[in-house]
Amino acid sequence: MILSHAQVLVVALPLLAVPICALLPGRRLPGVFATLVAWAVLALALLLMQEVSAAGVLRYQLGGWAPPWGIEYRLDRLAALVQLLLALIAAVVLPYAARSLSDEVGERSGGAFAALLLLLTGLLGIVATGDAFNVFVFLEISSLASYTLIALGRRRRALVASFRYLILGTVGATFFLIGLGLLYALTGTLNMDDLAARMPPLAGSPAATTALFFIVVGLGLKAAMFPLHQWLPDAYAEAPPAVSAFMAATSTKVALYALARFLFGVFGLQQLTEVPMLQEGLQWLAVAGMLGGSILALRAADIGRILALSSVAQVGYILLGFALLSTAGVAAGLVHLFNHALMKGALFLALGAMIHRCGGGELARLEGVGHRMPWTMAAFMVGALSLIGVPLTAGFVGKWYLVSAVIDQSAWWLVAAILVSSILSVFYLWRIVEVAYRRPAVMPPRAEAPLILLLPTMLLALANLLVGLNSSPLVSWAEAASLSLLGTGS
Amino acid sequence: MSSMDWLACLLWVPALGVLGIVAARRHANLRESVTLVTALALFLSVIQLAASGESPRWVLAEPLPGLELVLSPEPLGLMFGLIASGLWIVTSIYAFGYMRAKHESHQTRFYACFALSIGAAMGIAMSANLLTLFVFYEVLTLSTYPLVAHHGDDKARAGARTYLRILLGTSIGLLLPAIIWTYHLAAGGDFQPGGILAGRVDATTAGLLLALYVLGVGKAAVMPVHRWLPAAMVAPTPVSALLHAVAVVKAGVFVILKVVVYVFGMEFLAGVPFERALLWLAGFTVLAASLVALRQDNLKRLLAYSTIGQLSYVVMAALTLGATAGLAAALHIAAHAVAKITLFFTAGAIYVASGKTEVSQLDGIGRRMPVTMTAFAVAALSMVGLPPTVGFISKWMILQGALEADQLFVVTVLVISTGLNAAYFMPIVHRAFFREEQSVPKNHGEAPPPMVAALVVTALLTLLGALAADALIAMQSPVMLAGRVE
Repeated sequence: MILSHAQVLVVALPLLAVPICALLPGRRLPGVFATLVAWAVLALALLLMQEVSAAGVLRYQLGGWAPPWGIEYRLDRLAALVQLLLALIAAVVLPYAARSLSDEVGERSGGAFAALLLLLTGLLGIVATGDAFNVFVFLEISSLASYTLIALGRRRRALVASFRYLILGTVGATFFLIGLGLLYALTGTLNMDDLAARMPPLAGSPAATTALFFIVVGLGLKAAMFPLHQWLPDAYAEAPPAVSAFMAATSTKVALYALARFLFGVFGLQQLTEVPMLQEGLQWLAVAGMLGGSILALRAADIGRILALSSVAQVGYILLGFALLSTAGVAAGLVHLFNHALMKGALFLALGAMIHRCGGGELARLEGVGHRMPWTMAAFMVGALSLIGVPLTAGFVGKWYLVSAVIDQSAWWLVAAILVSSILSVFYLWRIVEVAYRRPAVMPPRAEAPLILLLPTMLLALANLLVGLNSSPLVSWAEAASLSLLGTGS
Repeated sequence: MSSMDWLACLLWVPALGVLGIVAARRHANLRESVTLVTALALFLSVIQLAASGESPRWVLAEPLPGLELVLSPEPLGLMFGLIASGLWIVTSIYAFGYMRAKHESHQTRFYACFALSIGAAMGIAMSANLLTLFVFYEVLTLSTYPLVAHHGDDKARAGARTYLRILLGTSIGLLLPAIIWTYHLAAGGDFQPGGILAGRVDATTAGLLLALYVLGVGKAAVMPVHRWLPAAMVAPTPVSALLHAVAVVKAGVFVILKVVVYVFGMEFLAGVPFERALLWLAGFTVLAASLVALRQDNLKRLLAYSTIGQLSYVVMAALTLGATAGLAAALHIAAHAVAKITLFFTAGAIYVASGKTEVSQLDGIGRRMPVTMTAFAVAALSMVGLPPTVGFISKWMILQGALEADQLFVVTVLVISTGLNAAYFMPIVHRAFFREEQSVPKNHGEAPPPMVAALVVTALLTLLGALAADALIAMQSPVMLAGRVE
């Protein structure tokens, strides 16, 4: 009985938990409760993953209303992959947050964890739904929760960061909504399958192209696509560490998922190829992000900012995979999307543990942290190697497939861009490593992070190595997802 | 034990060695014993593997579907493995003397990283495809970084940073793309006698690809990617020995030789016009490095530039193309290893015994340190390429290979370079033995016994190597002739 509703429960469960969590008293209790919820969500996601691998696509009609009138939840391989990723990251980050976030906000941490669960709900909802307007609703839910969470940062600048994100995020949402409105006006439907079926005759029409443009800009803003990334470095650097870790691993990924869903699942390949300069434009944007993000990261003085700007570059890689408009490219983008969440999660969790001990994430403050916290720094190193794309780490897998897909199209300048960006990443990460292992004049005593912070960090670092050692399940899943996504679109 | 077990030993022995060294960190004598036992066990394993004559395949992992990490021995790799593991034993003994005499800090880290880098060198030597090679190549870079930065002061850190930047930059920026491209073109990257690219690419692409390999393997220090070698001179002398003779630069030229023989195939490369340009680049490096060495007063810097020149001998020989030239390249790897390690050992011995680092300070030092300076003279002869040293034989063969291939350019470079080599090595020997000591600041004799023992052994190897050259040539011949038989 419960199982047949799992597809909705995975979104409804955290949503129902939000008010309960907000009312829970005490400092530790809300965190523990939220952790349990996240684990339950993970169990559901695993279950759904299994079903999808058997059935291909799962459909669920909300309230029994048949689509296109009612809202349909639709879970295919692509959505299942991102859903599992979200559940995984939440299950790992929430125990960490139970300690780190509640330390930051102090007594009555219920509200903070409620916001975190709300963010999770929003993100899961975007992935679960098959309805375009529903995507907008969940996008707003997740964004509102993020604004709150960022504002909880320990410095006053967090408020500015949050406000900035609020303004830009709202602009993005507006663009997205206008795009949706245009689509609705053109087709009279909001169900994504239905939309896809009605798109081909409209291919290349100015109205459809305008809608496409608005949607790409709107979602691009949420995904921190260069040059729409301005909100991201401040937000990640100022938010509480556990929140940065969760958002860095999930928020932009879900926006990219939505982008892929709209590009290929709604508009479809045919439409995309008929819009002049679209492919080139997306590729240029991707390359600008890969290089721009990395170059900016070279000059940042705060590890949080370095990692955030590196995310801008990594979003560029994923976007580049999509912009190749080929099955191989989309598959590579998806593999990298998954892996980037693993590496950024590990890196931000490690950073959070350092902040916990050293009081801040500025490079100057973290001198010698590698000697003080050897295990945390080891996890950070694994994440960094993965970010660079060293073989035997997860980062290598995505880059390998991305480069292969690019070579397939003989786009040599893109290969060069990927490599230059990789080399730049060596440089900006090296700055951190060097500071971490430099011996300060006065060496503070060795102080490893508490186990509850260390374990999740190590777990994600380990995941990077595991995927790096054997990526075939992930790769074959992503390839199947890409095939079905592009197949239905055209 | 089967040959498969010996192959596994090549990685497991250094790995266990690292653990043992770390475990014994509080007992210096035990820690040094662990190092020595590990080195001996590793050398024994390589010998056993070579003696078995089999080439088992050991699949380490399959990170991507169809993309494996595999180790499998072949003659070239076995030769490199023998050199690296054999010289590790001598270097360890030398290091015991050096590190104790200089009261260096962090000795545990030093020995552990040393063992780790030897393990990586074994991985490079035995790798059966390009991906595996790349992985161990990077492990070698990263595991030698703490050794180069050993002193931990600003100078050491700056040198180590240059070291890492150039090696990582070239490998990720040029070597990795070349590897990915090769996988793409040849639908795989396994090393095969006769090459895998023949018939799959046109000459222009092949030329570009070769350039990516030659410049991407920064460890081979072909100009303009040579700057890391002088920068790495900040390291303690045993580390310089490791870099210059045991593992790092040898890994570089070994990779180039392996790529030329097993990826492109000599026959195929002969039809690639652009290949000449790279040959000229290597020739230019030989001459330029010698000219720079001529003007150095710091002994270790002089040796560093000499290494750059000698490495390009190997690259040049490999690119001369042809069985004799290929054999000469392989032989010169070995010849340069034993001679250059002797030179570094003597430089370190002089430094430890007298505190002197500059050539101009060495007047009359041969009388205080006769054994050391005799060893220096022997190794210098080998560098110049004079009998009765092993350097003579390898240089002779390069010359022969060049004549066979009608490469007058190579012949010219060799002749000029021999003169230049003599011009910067022989004055040192003359100074040490025939000039009067300028001032008498400190009364010293030879360096500590372990150091002297080590440099005597390598000097003897430089002489005896001439006798072993036949065996080495017999071992490598099948490799170089493989392309022709097919």
